[in-house]
Amino acid sequence: MIPAPFDYLRAGSADEAIAALAEHGDDAKLLAGGMSLLPLMKLRLATPSVLVDVGRVHELSYIRDAGDHLAVGALTRHRDLEISDVLAAQCEPLRTVASEVGDNQVRHRGTIGGSVSHGDPASDLPALLLALDATFVVQGPDGDRTVPAADFFRGFLETALEPDELLTEIRVPKLPGAGFSYQKFQRRAQDWAIVGAMAVRDGDTRVALVNMATTPLRAVAVEEAIAGGASATEAAERAAEGTEPSGDINATPEYREHLVRVLVRRALEAASA
Amino acid sequence: MGGSVRIATTVNGQAHEHDVEPRLLLVQYLREVVGLTGTKIGCDTSSCGACTVLVDGESVKSCTMLAAQADGSEITTIEGLAQGDELHPVQAAFHDQHALQCGFCTAGMVMATVSLLDEIPSPTERDVRLGLEGNLCRCTGYHNIVQAVLAAAGTSR
Repeated sequence: MIPAPFDYLRAGSADEAIAALAEHGDDAKLLAGGMSLLPLMKLRLATPSVLVDVGRVHELSYIRDAGDHLAVGALTRHRDLEISDVLAAQCEPLRTVASEVGDNQVRHRGTIGGSVSHGDPASDLPALLLALDATFVVQGPDGDRTVPAADFFRGFLETALEPDELLTEIRVPKLPGAGFSYQKFQRRAQDWAIVGAMAVRDGDTRVALVNMATTPLRAVAVEEAIAGGASATEAAERAAEGTEPSGDINATPEYREHLVRVLVRRALEAASA
Repeated sequence: MGGSVRIATTVNGQAHEHDVEPRLLLVQYLREVVGLTGTKIGCDTSSCGACTVLVDGESVKSCTMLAAQADGSEITTIEGLAQGDELHPVQAAFHDQHALQCGFCTAGMVMATVSLLDEIPSPTERDVRLGLEGNLCRCTGYHNIVQAVLAAAGTSR
């Protein structure tokens, strides 16, 4: 399968990428690792007429201790997250979830910013960043703005990014020693989650769900139940509240609702162990 | 629209320069432009791993990368592993352990293994199974493949 024809531009910096987007408007798409975009283009589900390759904008590949938080460049690859000592010490949930994205080959190419910008509700990292209350730094023609993860994911493959904006940095809290578990239910190890549930316990408890709606989402009812003193088993009974799972070849909506209750209970239990 | 992009690559130690269509996939570049057909196209949807090659030493699925993205890179394919008649330790281990049935996935399995052992030189069986999760064997001959990877790790230690 071969993508439809397009013009290829390589950006050497974030500024160059934004200038190219400004010039080509809606017809242009940013290409980072390509692990989400290229399959869509090969299936001709996406047919951008201009690809702006930001894969070599090395200034956006970093993991830094920024004092009260960690700053992760948008073009940091999953592999670099997986082997990061900074993350292992300060934000193990991000390291763990990055190590469960796709397979080795995918993690060698795919980037955290690409995954976030793609905004797929079945992806692992967007849900985690929602659970971590991450902040996204977005650069556009008029400069930078920050968007909280809670306001970023708008609909199926739809985010708060404007067509002429580039996600440049992801800011995550330092959570040394936080309890964490990601329960990813899949048919084959490399697959997308049919349903995923993750719990972060660090004083409070935050729960995020993968593939239970058109966007990644927080299990608000579960979080409230835990805050009100409910056990993991009791709280997990409310895991499907507020979700809108789709049906597909892997699961009916009803089966997804069953799975999410089981997976949330396991995540809560494992995260507090 | 389309045009062409000038790319320079090093494939198995040999320098190449070509004008390619932007939409040319790396696997097509290797098979049809460079002429190395050891790299297979299996699922063509980045699931099966048959097209795995090394780009700058790391395994990638060449059906899901543009040739243009590989500009300036050093690429290793299955043809680049052996030194003359002497098989690479991973190839030798696959041979010794009979780690293939139909053979279609083998080039990708071997390349994924070379990258895996570079990252984890002494893997456990679990490391091997997880490390090869991106490669499917349609004959389901995984047992001998895992044994071969463990054997190769032993010899390259």
